[in-house]
Amino acid sequence: MSTKTKRILVTAAVLVAASALAACAPDAGGGGSTAGGTAANAGNDGGNNASNCTNTIPKKDLPVVTFWGWYPNMQLVVDNFNKQNNEVQVCWTNVGQGGDEYDKFQTAISAGTGAPDVIMIEADRIPTFQIQNALVDIKNYGYEAVKDNYSAGAWKDVTIRGGIYGVPVDGGPMGMIYRKDIFEKYKITPPKTWAEYEQAAQKVKDAGGPLFGDLGANVPAVMMALQIQKGANPYTYDPAKPETIGIKLNDQASKDVLEYWGSLAKKGLVGTQDQFTPEYIAGVVNGKYATYISAAWAPGYLTGAGVGKGEDTGKWAVAPLPQWDPDNPVQVNWGGSAFSVTSQAKNPELAAKVAYGLYADDESLTDGWTNQIIFPLNLKALNNPDFVNLKVAFFDGQQANKEVYVPAANAYQGMTYAPFGQYYFDAMTKQISAMIEGSVTGSQAADRLQEDVVNYAKEQGFTVQ
Amino acid sequence: MTLHTEESAASTQQKTKKARGKVRLREHVMGWLFVGPFGIVFLALLIAPLAYALYLSLWQKKLIGGTSFVFLGNYVKAFTDPTFLSGVWFVVRFSVVAIPLQIVTALAIALILDAVTSLFTRFSRLMIFLPYAIPTVIGAVMWGFLYSKSFGPLSDIFGLFGATAPDFFSSNLIFYGLINVVTWQWAGYYMIILYAALQGIDPALYEAARIDGAGRWQIAIRIKIPLIAPALLLILVFSLIGTLQFFNEPQILRYLAAGTISPGFTPNMYAYQQAFGLANFNYGSAISFALGGVVFVCVYAFLFFTRKRRSFF
Repeated sequence: MSTKTKRILVTAAVLVAASALAACAPDAGGGGSTAGGTAANAGNDGGNNASNCTNTIPKKDLPVVTFWGWYPNMQLVVDNFNKQNNEVQVCWTNVGQGGDEYDKFQTAISAGTGAPDVIMIEADRIPTFQIQNALVDIKNYGYEAVKDNYSAGAWKDVTIRGGIYGVPVDGGPMGMIYRKDIFEKYKITPPKTWAEYEQAAQKVKDAGGPLFGDLGANVPAVMMALQIQKGANPYTYDPAKPETIGIKLNDQASKDVLEYWGSLAKKGLVGTQDQFTPEYIAGVVNGKYATYISAAWAPGYLTGAGVGKGEDTGKWAVAPLPQWDPDNPVQVNWGGSAFSVTSQAKNPELAAKVAYGLYADDESLTDGWTNQIIFPLNLKALNNPDFVNLKVAFFDGQQANKEVYVPAANAYQGMTYAPFGQYYFDAMTKQISAMIEGSVTGSQAADRLQEDVVNYAKEQGFTVQ
Repeated sequence: MTLHTEESAASTQQKTKKARGKVRLREHVMGWLFVGPFGIVFLALLIAPLAYALYLSLWQKKLIGGTSFVFLGNYVKAFTDPTFLSGVWFVVRFSVVAIPLQIVTALAIALILDAVTSLFTRFSRLMIFLPYAIPTVIGAVMWGFLYSKSFGPLSDIFGLFGATAPDFFSSNLIFYGLINVVTWQWAGYYMIILYAALQGIDPALYEAARIDGAGRWQIAIRIKIPLIAPALLLILVFSLIGTLQFFNEPQILRYLAAGTISPGFTPNMYAYQQAFGLANFNYGSAISFALGGVVFVCVYAFLFFTRKRRSFF
């Protein structure tokens, strides 16, 4: 072997050794870009490429719009749309629920390719994507025709500076789900105010009963809704100045609500288990929690998770959300999604037709609410007597829509969400977690959250008012 | 005559030189051909993404105001970012506890398996190695359920003694919960490496030691361990790099304990969160490189302090 060849081999060996030593960098740094590439490619297949849809497209000569969504009855909804429409066909893929889908969409936005034409997004995430110019204002593509099908509050949730960035599909008017058997056993009636809620919780605890509720650090959206119920107004925009934003996360109302839940947890009246985990569901099934402060979609979710079956059939009921001031009740919302047109759509007008038309036909809506998959925002369904008077099996035949959810939805005024929803919710989870742990009080948690989010907003180039 | 000979000698020399040159060129080309396939993969899948990530880390993209060149700005931010620093502090603390624990466990088992020969040895060796063969994700999910207060055996076991089971998902105990998972997963793998090194020792040495009056303990401590020191060093470096890049287990357990395990729990998770959750690929890349720097410093310091005994590096 000549010296030169030897030298090359040695160099190669050293390079390999160096790469093994620096394995940190390839794994972490390389991971950043390679994984991004793969995800974008995957997105490309499921996003703009209409050849691999989950559904079968019946009218093959029509133009196709690609769509991501995760409602459990999506297949049926897409089939209904394709059957009834003679202009455009939908090619649907389910790329994951919530966060999983957003991560893929976010990667596609960064890559500039791979997003679908129409996408299902929760209303609280719309500003996050809108600010990146990833969504299209569809006001001029048929808004007037369907305007009266939804309430003003529903439209407010998808409106940013006058533009319509999504079509409301389902909402999450909140109520207090509770165990009838536990309430009867400890002789309590559904609390009408938060003060009564605490008294009832104390009563159950003193009698050796189960926890009254749960404060989950991983559901910051609930905390936000409850703060808004007490009068907090976390985000404000000036329509004329997109770069300015008002952030008020540590006003008195926000602090009070955090303090309230922090003290319930400290006194051992409510649990501090993360929600949507097997642990939490097991607790709910075993009657560990007397109440579940949640939204109208919860019965469907709980049924799917195996709650309220067998021996437990008919043990659940629902009451309106407790209030701070019973004379001036405020209704709030948790969750609910919309269909948005992405800026990567090849034909936004056609895509908007899908966004407006999908899940808006009677057949799909009826399937959605009878199976408790959605709480529809479409007034055709909301005003349908069958829907309003529905005797919900999960609640032992209680007319939950009429008694709780429809009034809550009608009273809902809409809210303004953060343009950096992911960051805000992560930061809030961190603070709620610290509060549960006991290292900060509710007020301190609110102050820290304010500081954290304001710094992030400034760093992202906003002028914070 | 002499002149002629000299002339011919010179020409032969020239010829051989030429011929040698040709051979060298051929060797040269062959060498590159052999290295080629590896080189292309190496460049395309390692160097290029790294270079791209490095390039990304020098820019900043804002929601308002677009992209701008900030040079080392992201790195300055990273090393003053409390989330990143607390993540680094966590993995460093974790390394200090987890690595010695894993290595001592692996070493003890390897020495026992080496000293005892019975049918049971092979079986034990396989069983102890088995956790490494289980994918990390499955291992983490499995432990997630074992720790669970509702499904896991812990509450039953502690219930027998009338005690309440510790919650390994609480912020006080998550550290130990993760140490346990990591040790369970990796000790067997390190054990196999050490066991292989022990098998490589010439048995004549043991005989000589025994003749000199050394007991089992003395053989283990004075002969076996010093002779497998290079292998120990190797697994120490591997585990140091691996632990500083901690990602899989906390990322999986996050779905069961989101309140305790924040997105910035370890530096790698923070980089992932920045890049894919917050679309901040620039800062995510910078964190990755900053972590790379931390790992490099730690490994370099480690090798520096153990330089006398090394023979692997």
